[in-house]
Amino acid sequence: MSSAYPTSWKRPPQIIKDRRWRIAIQIGIVVYLVLAISTVDVNWARVYEGLERGQRFIMGFLQPDFTSRWRDISTGLVESLTMTLTSTVVGVAISVPIGIGAARNIAPHWIYAICRSIIAVSRALQEIIIAIFLVAMFGFGPFAGFLTLSFATIGFIAKLLADDIEEIEEAQAEAIRATGASWWQVVNYAVQPQVMPRLIGLSLYRLDINFRESAVIGIVGAGGIGATLNTAISRYEYDSAGAILLIIIAIVMVAEYSSSYLRKFLQ
Amino acid sequence: MTELSHHSQIWTYRTPRARLLLWGGWLALVALFVYCWQVMTARTMWVFVWDAPTQAADIGSRMMPPRWSYLPELMGPLWDTINIATLGTLGGVIMAVPIAFVAARNTSPSLLILRPIALFIIVASRSINSLIWALLLVAIIGPGLLAGIIAIALRSIGFIGKLLYEAIEETDAKQIEAITATGASGVQVLSYAIVPQIMPAFWGITVFRWDINIRESAILGLVGAGGIGLKLNASLNTLAWGQISVILLLILGTVVVSEWVSSKMRHAII
Amino acid sequence: MLILDALSKTYKSGDTALSDVSLNVPKGQIMGLIGPSGAGKSTLIRCINRLVEPTGGKVLLNDVDLVGLGKRDLRQQRRRIGMIFQEYALVERLTVMENVLSGRLGYVPFWRSYLRRFPADDIARAYALLDRVGLMEHADKRADALSGGQRQRVGIARALAQDPELLLVDEPTASLDPKTSRQIMRLLIEICAERGLPAIVNIHDVPLAQQFMQRIVGLRAGRVVFDGPPDELTQDALTTIYGEEDWNAMRKGDEEQTAAEADARDRLAALVV
Repeated sequence: MSSAYPTSWKRPPQIIKDRRWRIAIQIGIVVYLVLAISTVDVNWARVYEGLERGQRFIMGFLQPDFTSRWRDISTGLVESLTMTLTSTVVGVAISVPIGIGAARNIAPHWIYAICRSIIAVSRALQEIIIAIFLVAMFGFGPFAGFLTLSFATIGFIAKLLADDIEEIEEAQAEAIRATGASWWQVVNYAVQPQVMPRLIGLSLYRLDINFRESAVIGIVGAGGIGATLNTAISRYEYDSAGAILLIIIAIVMVAEYSSSYLRKFLQ
Repeated sequence: MTELSHHSQIWTYRTPRARLLLWGGWLALVALFVYCWQVMTARTMWVFVWDAPTQAADIGSRMMPPRWSYLPELMGPLWDTINIATLGTLGGVIMAVPIAFVAARNTSPSLLILRPIALFIIVASRSINSLIWALLLVAIIGPGLLAGIIAIALRSIGFIGKLLYEAIEETDAKQIEAITATGASGVQVLSYAIVPQIMPAFWGITVFRWDINIRESAILGLVGAGGIGLKLNASLNTLAWGQISVILLLILGTVVVSEWVSSKMRHAII
Repeated sequence: MLILDALSKTYKSGDTALSDVSLNVPKGQIMGLIGPSGAGKSTLIRCINRLVEPTGGKVLLNDVDLVGLGKRDLRQQRRRIGMIFQEYALVERLTVMENVLSGRLGYVPFWRSYLRRFPADDIARAYALLDRVGLMEHADKRADALSGGQRQRVGIARALAQDPELLLVDEPTASLDPKTSRQIMRLLIEICAERGLPAIVNIHDVPLAQQFMQRIVGLRAGRVVFDGPPDELTQDALTTIYGEEDWNAMRKGDEEQTAAEADARDRLAALVV
């Protein structure tokens, strides 16, 4: 090899080209990490004490106890499952008109604005926060949970449905419109066939999410398996808690597997 | 020629059998819904439900002017919340990356033993909400930021792990083949052929999860895992609705800002 | 010198891709491999550097049998074999320079390659190769910013960075336009001549093969059915390689089919001239 060619090469920076900016950002990251980690005030004695409990929890997870609290677990589970199904059905039923209303290409302007703001409110609020309010209004129990999940479902399904409708092939809608069809007929013949498979898929996906969420909102009093879990943990019954967690994981796995199967079957 | 027989009939959208199946399916769904509804509401106190509008009006009037003087007190917990989300995301990434490589079919060191374990870790982490993780961790290692950080990290493993291993499985096999053909070792193939291909997905997923974690860490305080949720819990216990509205507005503002930051960063990276 | 001795490959699905292929490729020879798709061309060259594991036979590269080597030894031997791919197979998100340097991966320890700290000699060699293929000023660009022809040049430079004793070239021009295809072929031929490198080139474009190759091997259903210089590749030889069944199938008496047959024959004849 001749020595005329350079013998060193450095990979040029890909994202931030200016060297000073790069150094500034690197220093910024280090400073942030130091500050952030220093705010984490750990009580090591307490953590050490907790290790024994952690061990018990892991043992509980490995040797779960399904029997001694089975009555509570099964009540919680039934609440969770019924809550999940009813809230998904109601949520999707409400989402459909809102989703259609929030699609710019088929809804009048003022309806579009209203529907989009409903969606925005529903998406911005955490399920837990909604649950806190609904429990305060409707009292403890699965009914508040049902309302929470229905409300959260609206934000999810209506948004994705509206985005889907906005992306449908205008040519097909145009062709139907050209036959002199009314607005209802356009929705029925041009929009529905295009978005229906996606809507079913999304509903199944939401069913799965709603079950997972139903396990959480019980912590703030909205019923379901979450309430049972909360009780088990506060009583330090880690073997029952482990059993509940394993049931949740198993149901999520089954739901995920069967929904992917069902989606393939429906298409 | 079975198709010919259809011409004699009046045209229908589906065959009679398929229609029957479809109607049967809908009917079953309605029946299931009604049944579930009855089971669920069996113990509902309808008095409370009918009373809800009054309750709502009452809460609304108490929340309504927000107690803005409470705001300065919230800055510390807000900083904690952001730290929980960021450090938790960092921890989650550190654990999720090796798991993703083990879970991806094309990089897994052992398809029969390690891959199912990695997949189980991913499913377990995904099925359990960060609030539940926090509940457990607060019971185990005591209340505080650390429990929140670990809870966020544990929940993030499943999310990042799943999306990342899918990205690894979708890498272009030709590029990997080409690097292998040069005589590169396994780690070199990883660092030259696979890592460059998944880098944009990796950053996108991480920033996306960080954005979600900001929302989730805001409520972890409800079970004692630090951050602004502690203040929310305290205000809820004392029914200080004026403070609650300030907290909720602050969380909402933070969420909007973090969403903006994450979309900016994703655009810059990709 | 490369010797293939009774090389066979049967896939797990039971498909036999290669049966009993024996070939000698002496130093400096450029051998074109032609045949219909599915004839086993790409399996054959991948069996040589064992990207595909052969199920029988020997691959001798300068007296080392590559079949049956352990992982580490195989990597050592792969360094001696440069490979050029159909769709370039560059790592799109890395720079041109990194792509060329990746040809040195088998020679450097992991930490050097990870930190992109390649030895000075390697870098000088990479620049020299980029200069040779005419891409000196593109070194710092990302590979996906280049045109097809430029990318294939980077692919050639990467293979040469290995300092190979054999080049395996898989359909180098399949995704290029005719003019660029010829430029790339010419570059390959020149480079092989400069270095006395033997090369096996998979190619489906028969005229291109005849124009550039010194020797042509025809593969059909995993067997060698033609082996000779390009001017021996007659119409009959092409029929042997690409099959007679299609021709027979057309011979059904129908006038239109006779016309189609004549047309096909004409086109084949045009290829041979």
